[in-house]
Amino acid sequence: MAVADRIREKLSSGLAPLRLEITDDSHKHAGHAGARPGGESHFTVEVVSGAFEGLSRVERQRLVYRLLEEEIAGPVHALALRTIAPSERR
Amino acid sequence: MTDTTVSSRIKNEIESNDVVLFMKGTPVFPQCGFSAAVVQVLGELGAKFKGIDVLEDPSIRQGVKEFSNWPTIPQLYVKGEFVGGCDIVREMYASGELQELLESRGVKVDA
Repeated sequence: MAVADRIREKLSSGLAPLRLEITDDSHKHAGHAGARPGGESHFTVEVVSGAFEGLSRVERQRLVYRLLEEEIAGPVHALALRTIAPSERR
Repeated sequence: MTDTTVSSRIKNEIESNDVVLFMKGTPVFPQCGFSAAVVQVLGELGAKFKGIDVLEDPSIRQGVKEFSNWPTIPQLYVKGEFVGGCDIVREMYASGELQELLESRGVKVDA
């Protein structure tokens, strides 16, 4: 399964997100350290989930990092996160 | 497991410096866009900080991830307290919270 699909699957089941946007930024980093041929190394994830309600920024990101532990230890070199609680939606 | 000497070195750095950035490269020559972004924010706030280049020392690079329970670099500490990585630093800067945090911890900024 493609890395982006694994991220989607894990975050969907772990966070029940109201919105989940995964962007592969790998092309911007081609040739840079950590980039892999075929891409799928640099991602931006924006996620809106009730699971973030009442959590600090650090706690929210730790939650995401925990769900994506294997991907971060493996193919994912960089992961930019925007973690939003439903009450903060604009 | 983090080697105790590694974690005590990290502990010593964050306790003896008000603002510490574990980063890839140096403040003058960051080797990664995310580290560069945090350096830029601290520069704009006029906050003095100590940069620690994790590329110079693989044991620190791995050790700080375990120490902070945070799998990525950069990592910012203020007065011994973990603030976050690039996303959090940027968000807090944009909302004014980072400046507030520095001031409330008695860190001199001259923005």
